[in-house]
Amino acid sequence: MASKIYQWLDERLGFDDLYKGLLDRPEPRGTWWNTLGSATLFLFTIQVLTGIFLLVYYTPSPDHAYDSIQYIMNGVAFGWLIRGIHHWSATLMVLLVFLHMLRVFFTASYKFPRELTWMIGVLLLLTTLGMGLTGYLLPWNQRSYFATTVATEIAGLVPWAGPFITRTMRGGNDLSALTLSRFFAAHVWLLPLTLAALIGVHLYLIIRHGESEYPTEED
Amino acid sequence: MGKSHEVSRRDFVKIVTGVAGTVIGAGITLPAVGYVLDPAIKSGGSGKENWIALGPLEKYPIGEPTPFNFTRTEINGWEKTFSTNGLFVLRKSDTEVEVLSNVCTHLGCRVAWHEDKGEFICPCHDGVFDKDGNVISGPPPRPLDNYEYKIEDGNLFVLFKEG
Repeated sequence: MASKIYQWLDERLGFDDLYKGLLDRPEPRGTWWNTLGSATLFLFTIQVLTGIFLLVYYTPSPDHAYDSIQYIMNGVAFGWLIRGIHHWSATLMVLLVFLHMLRVFFTASYKFPRELTWMIGVLLLLTTLGMGLTGYLLPWNQRSYFATTVATEIAGLVPWAGPFITRTMRGGNDLSALTLSRFFAAHVWLLPLTLAALIGVHLYLIIRHGESEYPTEED
Repeated sequence: MGKSHEVSRRDFVKIVTGVAGTVIGAGITLPAVGYVLDPAIKSGGSGKENWIALGPLEKYPIGEPTPFNFTRTEINGWEKTFSTNGLFVLRKSDTEVEVLSNVCTHLGCRVAWHEDKGEFICPCHDGVFDKDGNVISGPPPRPLDNYEYKIEDGNLFVLFKEG
C-alpha cells in the first residue's frame, strides 16, 4: 500500500529523479572538511526554526524587549533552551562559515568554473555577519545597546557618507525605538530572505558543477 | 565476511542516521511544543475566587438594574493586564437581589441596559434579554449568568471566579 502511494506520487512529482539529481550525484573522495557547508546549512535551518519560536514571545519595543526576553528565559517552559540553541548556534554558524571559507581556499575550490560560487559565498558571509550584528541588539540590554552604538559609530567613519550611514542604520541621530525596530525587521525578514535566496543559488551552483577534486601535487 | 555480519554497512549507517535524527528531532520538537503551549497550560484552572465589595445595599434602587464596574489585574508574561468587568445589580426587595453578569452568553460582548425598552441589548449580534436576564430574542443560548452574592451588615458582596 505504502509503495503504491509512493509510486502514485512519484509518477506525478518525480521524487526519484530529484533524489538522483540532487543527492545521489557522483562526488570525488572527500574528507570531513567537505561537510562544513552542509553543517552551516543545518545551523541555518536551526536558526530559522528557533527564531520562529522566539518570535512567539519576543517584543521589539524598548518598553518590552528586555522584559519579554526575561520572560522567555525564566517564565516560559523550555524558553532557556530555545534561546540557548539560537544563541550558540548563531555563534557556531559564524565560526563554521569562516572555516568553510578557509577549506575552499586551501583546496583551491574557488577556481574555474566555481568563481561565482565563491562570490555568492562572500555575500553569504557578509549577510551572516549582518544577522549577527542585528540580532545582537534585540535583547536590548546594556551590552547590546553599546555594542550597537559602537558598530554604528564605526560605520560612520566611512569618508563623506559616514554620518548618513549611521543615521540610516539608527533611523535618526540616536539609538532609539526606531533602531530596535529596523534591526528587528532586518533580522527576521530582510536578511533571512536574502540569506535563503543566496543559499539557493549557492546550492544550485554546487549541484551544477559538483564538488571539486582535491588538488594533486602536480597542480 | 562472517555470518554475524547480517547488517550491511549501508543499512547500519541508515539505521544510525535514522535513530540519531529521531532523537534529535524529538529532543527539539517536544520542548518546542511545551514552549508554545506553556501560557495556555499555566493559566488553566487557577480557580481563584474573590469576594468583590459592592458597597451598601441601599445604594441600589429596588426594581431597576444598576451597573457596577470593577477592574482586575493579572500578570500575563511581562505585562500587567487590567481587565474591566461589569455587572448589574437588580434589587428585588429589602434583602433580595439578583446580580447579573454583563457578558452576553452568545460570544462574550458586553450587554447594556436600555431603560426605555426595559431590556438588556447586546450590540454585537442583537441579543436581547429581559430585566431578569432571560433571553427575549437573538442568538444567545442561555440567560445572563448570575453572580453568587452575600449580604453582610447591609453591604453587598459578589463572588468573582477567575478564568
